[in-house]
Amino acid sequence: MGYAIMSGDGAARFADDAILAGGVGYADADVVVYAGSEFAPDSDKRLILIELGDECLADHVGEAGLPNVLGFARYRNGNDPASPLVELVRQEAHGDEVIAAARAFFEGLGLTVVVCADRVGRIVSRLVVPKYNSALRLLDDGLATQQDMDLTCKLGLGYPDGPIERVCRGGLEHHYARSKALFDVFPSQTNAPARQAIVARRRSLGRPQEYEA
Amino acid sequence: MTKRINTVAVCGAGGTMGMGIALVAARAGHRTLCYDLSENALANANKQSRAFLQNSVSRGKISQQDMDDTLARMSATTKLGDLAEADLVIEAIFESLELKQSLVRSLDDVCDASTIFGSNTSTLSITQIASGSAHPERVVGLHFCLPAQLMKLIEVSPGLLTSDETTAAAWAWCEASGQIPVRTQDRPGFILNALLVPFNNDAIRAVEAGLASPEDIDRAIKTALGYKMGPLELLDMVGLDTQVLLCEAFYASTLDPRAAAPPLLHRMVAAGLLGRKTGRGFFDYNTNAMFGA
Repeated sequence: MGYAIMSGDGAARFADDAILAGGVGYADADVVVYAGSEFAPDSDKRLILIELGDECLADHVGEAGLPNVLGFARYRNGNDPASPLVELVRQEAHGDEVIAAARAFFEGLGLTVVVCADRVGRIVSRLVVPKYNSALRLLDDGLATQQDMDLTCKLGLGYPDGPIERVCRGGLEHHYARSKALFDVFPSQTNAPARQAIVARRRSLGRPQEYEA
Repeated sequence: MTKRINTVAVCGAGGTMGMGIALVAARAGHRTLCYDLSENALANANKQSRAFLQNSVSRGKISQQDMDDTLARMSATTKLGDLAEADLVIEAIFESLELKQSLVRSLDDVCDASTIFGSNTSTLSITQIASGSAHPERVVGLHFCLPAQLMKLIEVSPGLLTSDETTAAAWAWCEASGQIPVRTQDRPGFILNALLVPFNNDAIRAVEAGLASPEDIDRAIKTALGYKMGPLELLDMVGLDTQVLLCEAFYASTLDPRAAAPPLLHRMVAAGLLGRKTGRGFFDYNTNAMFGA
């Protein structure tokens, strides 16, 4: 299936992936991928895929959705290279056929696809952001050293890296943004950015004394 | 000077965790006293230990002589009085504060004043367990991971009254036994369960909220983070009833909403969907189908 990439200045970065090199022009494409550019509906296209950041698909198409427009996100831990995971965002408007087509498109690129509801954080961030905040707070509270906390997760749970080394490596300012987006919708204490992430955010803005970013 | 540990006793050695801890001690060259209330449990643990060691021989990990020596160092008893010679007693009995306090109190009368008591509790307070003993300075947390005979990690947690000597001796024993100790404060769940129990609950809540199927939640976590197991298959392996117990202990002492057992977890336990042990939990182990909200 021929695809076109509509890239822009937005936060989405799928267009940067070498994996998607070799697209066709918009007119010839039956699949259109919006990666950081403004979405335009087109009912003639078989499939339109909007790369999402911390927002919902509904931000682009409304809660009802459009039958041929799906959202997706390739999971990244901040600045880390992209993982092979694609979270495919489904709304009520979507039949099984369009989901199957999107799945085939991404799997054809060698990626692993999961399907989830249109919620901020989707699957991975919704589960790991509270954990990273909790780990950062436990570190602040003196539960153990960072080294021992990370080592515990690696040895005890078989994780390839510990939660603190991972979130720090990806960039605490990125974690702040993801955490804040989750907190706006699910305002629990553990979705609230941890102190270290707030500090990193303020420093990245060059406003160390400001409380509200 | 750090106390020298020659003889190790394991209380609850008829259980899975106790059996593994006893193997760690015996393999490391310690005379190992395996204590349990049940002779049958001890006999069964001995059988499993033999099978484990035989498998290690078959795989070339240890020699037949190593296996024979390890087994020769292990002796089973149902009499608490037989633990008198132990330099280190590690308890891996049922996760009940009252039972653990009662055990350390009984050991006060049996063991030498210099004997160290290690508790393998995963959620209870070391300080509270130690309060059962007249010598709380010699009680320290030694939390092993399942299966103990394979997992290197031990969380070493001193209680409020644990002496530096006790902590140092326990730490040295961990290292001398080929284990890798990490130090944590005496807080609910220490490091491992403080991070894992709420995380697994969040995964259950994601299923309950209809965010995605259990299969896709696990696949997402494994693919994105490189975990060997997804949270839901891990829960199925641990047992959903066990997760309820962990939540009850953890939430009661932290009041952390993430540690509270999610309603779906209670419903699944009520329905007998306990995970692998009943053939069905978040996944169906008879048909490979999965359970959804």
